[in-house]
Amino acid sequence: MTTQTINDIDQAEQGTSLWKDAWRRLRKNHLAVFGLILLVLFIVIALLTPWIAPYSYQAQDLELGASPPSAAHWLGTDIFGRDLLTQIMYGGRISLAVGFVATAVALLIGVTWGAIAGYVGGRADAVMMRLVDILYALPFMIFIVLLTVVFGRNMLLLFLAIGAVEWLTMARIMRGQVQSLRQQEFVEAAISLGLSPTTLIRRHLVPNALGPIIVYTTLTIPNVMLLEAFLSFLGLGIQPPQTSWGLLISYGAESMEEFPWLLIFPGLALTLTLFSLNFLGDGLRDALDVRGAKD
Amino acid sequence: MWRFISLRLLQAIPVILVVITVTFFLVRIAPGGPFDSEKPVTREVKAALEAQYKLDLPLFQQYTSYLGDLAHGNLGPSFKYPGRSVNELIAAGFPVTAELGLYALLVALCIGGLAGVIAALKPNTAQDYIPMSLAMIGICMPSFLLGPLLVLVFGIYLDWLPVSGWGDIPGDKILPSITLGAGYAAYIARLGRAGMLEVLSQDYIRTARAKGLPQWQVVLKHSLRGGLIPVVAFLGPAFAGLIAGSFVVETIFQIPGLGRFYVQAAFNRDYTMILGTTVFLSVLIVLFNLLSDVLAAWMNPRLRAQFGSH
Repeated sequence: MTTQTINDIDQAEQGTSLWKDAWRRLRKNHLAVFGLILLVLFIVIALLTPWIAPYSYQAQDLELGASPPSAAHWLGTDIFGRDLLTQIMYGGRISLAVGFVATAVALLIGVTWGAIAGYVGGRADAVMMRLVDILYALPFMIFIVLLTVVFGRNMLLLFLAIGAVEWLTMARIMRGQVQSLRQQEFVEAAISLGLSPTTLIRRHLVPNALGPIIVYTTLTIPNVMLLEAFLSFLGLGIQPPQTSWGLLISYGAESMEEFPWLLIFPGLALTLTLFSLNFLGDGLRDALDVRGAKD
Repeated sequence: MWRFISLRLLQAIPVILVVITVTFFLVRIAPGGPFDSEKPVTREVKAALEAQYKLDLPLFQQYTSYLGDLAHGNLGPSFKYPGRSVNELIAAGFPVTAELGLYALLVALCIGGLAGVIAALKPNTAQDYIPMSLAMIGICMPSFLLGPLLVLVFGIYLDWLPVSGWGDIPGDKILPSITLGAGYAAYIARLGRAGMLEVLSQDYIRTARAKGLPQWQVVLKHSLRGGLIPVVAFLGPAFAGLIAGSFVVETIFQIPGLGRFYVQAAFNRDYTMILGTTVFLSVLIVLFNLLSDVLAAWMNPRLRAQFGSH
């Protein structure tokens, strides 16, 4: 017990300096910092939407109809006279939620799978990674369309389906990390002290592989958000009365000839978020010095 | 080389089998039969229909019978378009999608490849930053946003190009091809830049420069082949993306291709059409992945030497 505590303290000290160092490097990258600020801003807005949205989500003004941006409606209104800013704020809640929750699902499956494969090694590892290879070769975009047909179009399923697609790369990265960590002395020491495999993976292997995981997670979120928007645009994702940026873009595209702002503003919201996440991910990769996490 | 190809072919077989099996059973466990939604039919008619589509057989027999048909290249009849087979629908839609995909790929390779090479020649200067910033925009701007925006600007405001159709009016193929290709141009630019940077720092390039070869010869004859290996390896995954992208682009521009059929089949719950198209596209994607891997390996002298002697 005592040895374990000492081990933890050692690690904690080393860990702090590594993270501090990474943070210092990240701060120098202006684009990444800009991305981080924008992202935090969007998340805060999404969390506070029910209280700060200028209009209620259901509010419509049929007499007003579609109107360009004005003092009363900063981003204009749609054909039902609904405030576009309010719609984008509520849509952002869903788009961001899908992005984060589906990525969390992918993270959980991928890290567990990769850690087990890398830790156990041998035949189990070969079988587990062969399975990942096979799944990798499957055309998932097509499968997700298929899944929406089979199970109907509900949001929980969307989370699960997207999460189930995105875990594969995470598993590969985690396995590579665990394999190289396994050969290091502190892991051997922990094993010889009789630490159970579960504790070892949770306590020592996962925290030490955190850098690549964080970078890849940051780069997975925009992919997931794109996937959700793609499905919603086709009408296979988020269904009314709920809304998302993908759905707003699809409505905007229908009436862009007369009311271009209905396409431009939701598009801007989505593109800016994707920009922020990609810049932040690239910046984190440089700051944490992670190689090859993107592909 | 042959050993590498046969090895990869052997790996592709289980993938294709998994695709067929998973798709088949997923479609079969979907709630509601294909004849439920429309006007109610009498029990006898329903039984006759089910017999015609072999739905009255036990599930496993349906599966083996489907595999048997598939081995003969028969994807079965469409549920929603009676009298038409899935094969006919694919034959009608796929050439259009393939042409669109080909043009998009050309757009991506020409623009992306050129941008990547140009950026790599003078890294960390304006010549690098400008194309790479554009590439970042291309990655973050999804096709379902880029397409409508292009239509708005070039089709409606400027009125230069037609905004829908395929092969009806001259020029109507331009906007869809650019919309589908732009994202891949961006990826290819990034990959091409990274690959070229790596090659340009090699000793043999320094030797070529020291011999006094002009810049164009160093780039075209000595670096391009090595530098573009990552791009070729990317073409396999890109192909899968192009297929998925065609769903959106064909919907936006009202192009009668396979992608649009697929999305419509998903809406109509046309099970056999979905099943058939998924199998067809998946096999195609797996084979294309194989092709791109083989091509990339062939371009890489080290891999060629490793497998070539056998």
